[in-house]
Amino acid sequence: MKNNNLLKNIIIIILALALLFILNITLDSYKVRIVNLCSIYIILGLSMNLINGFTGLFSLGHAGFMALGAYTVALLTMSPQAKEVNFYMEPILPFLKDLNMPFVLALIMGGLMAALFGFLIGAPVLKLTDDYLAIATLGFSEIIRIIIINLQPITNGALGLKGIPPKNNAFFAAMLGQTPKINLLWAGVIAIITIVFMNLLMKGSYGKALKAIREDEIAARSMGINLFRHKVMSFTISSFMAGVGGGLLAISLGTIDPTLFKFSLTWNILLIVVIGGMGSIKGTIISAIIVTIGMEALRFLDESINLGFMQTPALPGLRMVVFSIILMMAVIFKKDNIFKSTLKKARGRYAKD
Amino acid sequence: MLKIDKATMRFGGVVAVNQLNANIKEGETVGLIGPNGAGKTTVFNMVTGVYKPTEGKIIYNPDGKKDIDLTLLRPDQIAKVGICRTFQNIRLFKELSVMDNVFIGNHLRLKSDVFSSALRLPAYIKQEKEFMEKSKYLLEKVGLYEERDEKSFSLPYGKQRRLEIARALATDPKLLLLDEPAAGMNPQETQELMAFIADIKKEFKLTIFLIEHHMEVVMGICEKIYVLDHGVLIAEGNPSEIQNNPKVIEAYLGVE
Ligand SMILES: Nc1ncnc2c1ncn2[C@@H]1O[C@H](COP(=O)(O)OP(=O)(O)O)[C@@H](O)[C@H]1O
Ligand SMILES: [Mg+2]
Repeated sequence: MKNNNLLKNIIIIILALALLFILNITLDSYKVRIVNLCSIYIILGLSMNLINGFTGLFSLGHAGFMALGAYTVALLTMSPQAKEVNFYMEPILPFLKDLNMPFVLALIMGGLMAALFGFLIGAPVLKLTDDYLAIATLGFSEIIRIIIINLQPITNGALGLKGIPPKNNAFFAAMLGQTPKINLLWAGVIAIITIVFMNLLMKGSYGKALKAIREDEIAARSMGINLFRHKVMSFTISSFMAGVGGGLLAISLGTIDPTLFKFSLTWNILLIVVIGGMGSIKGTIISAIIVTIGMEALRFLDESINLGFMQTPALPGLRMVVFSIILMMAVIFKKDNIFKSTLKKARGRYAKD
Repeated sequence: MLKIDKATMRFGGVVAVNQLNANIKEGETVGLIGPNGAGKTTVFNMVTGVYKPTEGKIIYNPDGKKDIDLTLLRPDQIAKVGICRTFQNIRLFKELSVMDNVFIGNHLRLKSDVFSSALRLPAYIKQEKEFMEKSKYLLEKVGLYEERDEKSFSLPYGKQRRLEIARALATDPKLLLLDEPAAGMNPQETQELMAFIADIKKEFKLTIFLIEHHMEVVMGICEKIYVLDHGVLIAEGNPSEIQNNPKVIEAYLGVE
């Protein structure tokens, strides 16, 4: 029976890869971009679900960790020439200019950078009490953004970075006589690896220990689970995944700047996690796809709409309002025991008998 | 094995436990009784590190070698040196399956790190298998193997209590603390529970420290009994001594 399961999973993975390959060829470059975003948001959703859904902590720092990953990957993959063109206001630090790495290595570095910061912020906060984690991570994510704006010789400040080398399917596109599009397999394969990793992690002893912490901290530590160590571990892994997601986002957009990493980015991911179900891997995958496509489909809300008899004014941000309302509805109406138990736990943490 | 030495626990103005001295020897079954609010659960919370006593020491010596002062350890460290407990207000991992609840009790013995676990390296797989077998055995022992895939909150009350005991046993304790294990059970279930406690004590070579309201349980299985009232130790002795102690009759039975 176990082997059957393994076989089933391998078949699903092969089918997913084949699907990505076919979509890559048949869809136009705009749609390919959205499919690619779906993969990236799957990674980000799982990353947030690990900490907020499975471990029962409440972190709001994703935009910050993504920014760290994105800038790391951008700076490690851009050519010295591209960097020179970008940094016309203030020159880039000399050692950074020639720093260059293969894409995969850069992506790992991006993840590690985010993980390092995740550890540095997570350890002191989680040592005290995790009640402040939401505030601390939210603050951290804004601080990172402000540092990025001000650290011109490294980040190019508010101007951002342009010309991050894309990962295109140039080879197949040339064979088929198409113009190159984003190669869906990169983010796709990494999303699959993330899904497999999460499944194995949550199935194993550590995953169960994390869920135990979510369910009842007092019982968990009385069973010998070191709360601090497990929370920091979960938070650091989650940060790593967010950094990788940010790096992939940088590659697929080709351009990043500090405004990209505002709180609304974290909000989008939170929306995915809440709609998909706190602590559900399958739910997160489905909801990442729905939300990503939904975000695109609702883009018209931000623009001026011609109602035939009148033209509404453009309302940038209306899309976010609609999404926030959906989020609230999801929280209120979903029978999501885990979200509720997380809230309940936050309230009942001090009842100790 | 366990020596509680002038332990005091204050909460603001309330003295929940006052200068308590108690001694538990290896292999004993020791009872802790007293009216509601006497400070019994607080004693357990001090022994398991949930509360740090305001004053006093709690010395644990499982193997006759080195004394360990439990007041300096965290709850998870205390579990690792072989003390585990159940809770008066059942604290299961509600959304998790019956099997997972017991499995988690084994986690403190896991040697692999998180990556070996996620990559399912052989050393991890070997231990996981061992944990599964142990959990299965314990579930059969408490008669919950059939319900292994159900969420633990869906079990009836009595079974939840037994599951808590199985989960505690999975940590391989030497000293097991049971906080009102018979609460909410009918006489028949209580009888079974007593036999069960005697059985696991023998099989796992346990020392048992037990809080209980059902007098017949305490009198039936404890060799030694401590009586608390308003945080103060008012009597200690064997069951017949306690039963005939006028102070106990006044404080305890008077309230009942
Ligand atoms: N965390 C706490 N904060 C304040 N008072 C507490 C706390 N825990 C227990 N107490 C008080 O200590 C006293 C003893 O409680 P407890 O040990 O639960 O009694 P028992 O288990 O014997 O019924 C009670 O008066 C209770 O209100
Ligand atoms: Mg009590």
